[in-house]
Amino acid sequence: MAVTVKIPAQLRNVTDGAATVSVEATTVAEVLDALFARFGELRARISDDTGLRRFVNVYVAGEDIRFLAGLDTPVGDGAQVTILPAVAGG
Amino acid sequence: MPPVSLRCKECQTEYALDARYVCERCFGPLEVAYAPANPADAGELKRRIQAGPHSIWRYGDFLPTDGRGYPLPAGWTPLIRADRLARELGLAEVWVKNDAANPTHSFKDRVVSVALARARELGFETIACASTGNLANAVAAHAAAAGLESYVFIPSDLEEQKILATGVYGTNLVAVGGNYDDVNRLCTELSGDHDWAFVNINMRPYYAEGSKTLAFEIAEQLNFELPDRIVAPIASGSLFTKIARGFTEWIDAGLLEGELPIFNGAQADGCSPVAQAFAAGLDFCRPVKPDTIAKSLAIGNPADGPYALDLARASGGRIDSVSDEEIRAGIRLLAQTTGVFTETAGGVTTAVLAKLAARGEIGPDERVVIVITGEGLKTLDAVRGTFSAWQIDASVAAFEAAAAERAGAVGPVGVSARTGAVH
Repeated sequence: MAVTVKIPAQLRNVTDGAATVSVEATTVAEVLDALFARFGELRARISDDTGLRRFVNVYVAGEDIRFLAGLDTPVGDGAQVTILPAVAGG
Repeated sequence: MPPVSLRCKECQTEYALDARYVCERCFGPLEVAYAPANPADAGELKRRIQAGPHSIWRYGDFLPTDGRGYPLPAGWTPLIRADRLARELGLAEVWVKNDAANPTHSFKDRVVSVALARARELGFETIACASTGNLANAVAAHAAAAGLESYVFIPSDLEEQKILATGVYGTNLVAVGGNYDDVNRLCTELSGDHDWAFVNINMRPYYAEGSKTLAFEIAEQLNFELPDRIVAPIASGSLFTKIARGFTEWIDAGLLEGELPIFNGAQADGCSPVAQAFAAGLDFCRPVKPDTIAKSLAIGNPADGPYALDLARASGGRIDSVSDEEIRAGIRLLAQTTGVFTETAGGVTTAVLAKLAARGEIGPDERVVIVITGEGLKTLDAVRGTFSAWQIDASVAAFEAAAAERAGAVGPVGVSARTGAVH
């Protein structure tokens, strides 16, 4: 499944400046593994031993994966995955 | 104390004082770091504060910018001793910090002031925000006063009063189909690609500092003494934690003696991710889909939630939530005992105070301050239908007849005689 991943500005210095990256994956976990395989530095930036860092939000088609199936959330062909820093609002 | 850097709250990495909000190493939030205060300077500091303007800028020594020439002064709002409210709840001493008395009628004038002042210093010509309403009002107004272009993004189901009180300032008002968390996500994406100062995104470290001024004012208005307990609302958790930071900075600077107050956080049942995490003993929040009349607190994914949890626990406080009915009752209780008409967020705070009092959690000698963050005229639906007007002809006889009828039905108007009935 070809999935488009939107990379936030803060991470583009480890994706060679790319704002979007296309990967082959069927779940969010596979999306991340594919990204980490391509951009090694990315792993430590957004994840630690326990999984995604707590200030990292991941969305599939605009929905926070914590409302879906977390890292097991399936991604279909053409899906858009967005990685963003958590920002408090108000 | 002069600001020295932006520092990651998680890994302590330092950055220059520019428009950034995320640690590039660990994605943690950034906060303004200052040179340490010297308690020997406390006397001079205090004199400088007391000689300062009647606005947040009197605390410029503790802010990332001194706001010189800032066009719309905010803050220096009343701290009211609320003896009738205290008596009604069986408490010793309650004070109401009425932040509705700000230029756009909420505490958001404080945070926007600091963010916009810094944005101007950094050369931005456009400011923007994602808002639950109060921030929208403040950004639109302060941008107008400063002559800057502004973009305000709101959930499309916002209260009409808040939409009208934003559009009037001539901003670019963008109503987004979705809830606040959707708006926030959209703006976070936009902030990466537009050279704008989003006050609560890329300017967030400066913006958040504005909330400290609530603590400074409370302490100064109590003659440089600490209260024993603070009850404040939690949406993102930023206000709640920054009030504590304000007290801590003044303790460190030698302006206050004693311990940090107990911190009680207030949320609505319909959006209570932090209260739920507190109850479950977790140190992180599971996001929720908000469904509450307290729209200014309707942040389902509160990024400062973990810090709010830490603060409540470390200070011996709690985080509670209340139902929409309790929120409406809280609005009436505050109005009918203090003369302060607050919006739904203030109803949440007052209702949580009542809940703590009913549970006997507040000691007999405690000095409690509740932080009322916004104005009742912005959320009129919350009180619609909670009372009825007398309908009479323009004659003395009609009035006397209606009065006689009422005397049988309703006792003297007071707190315990709240009317439930309605058109």
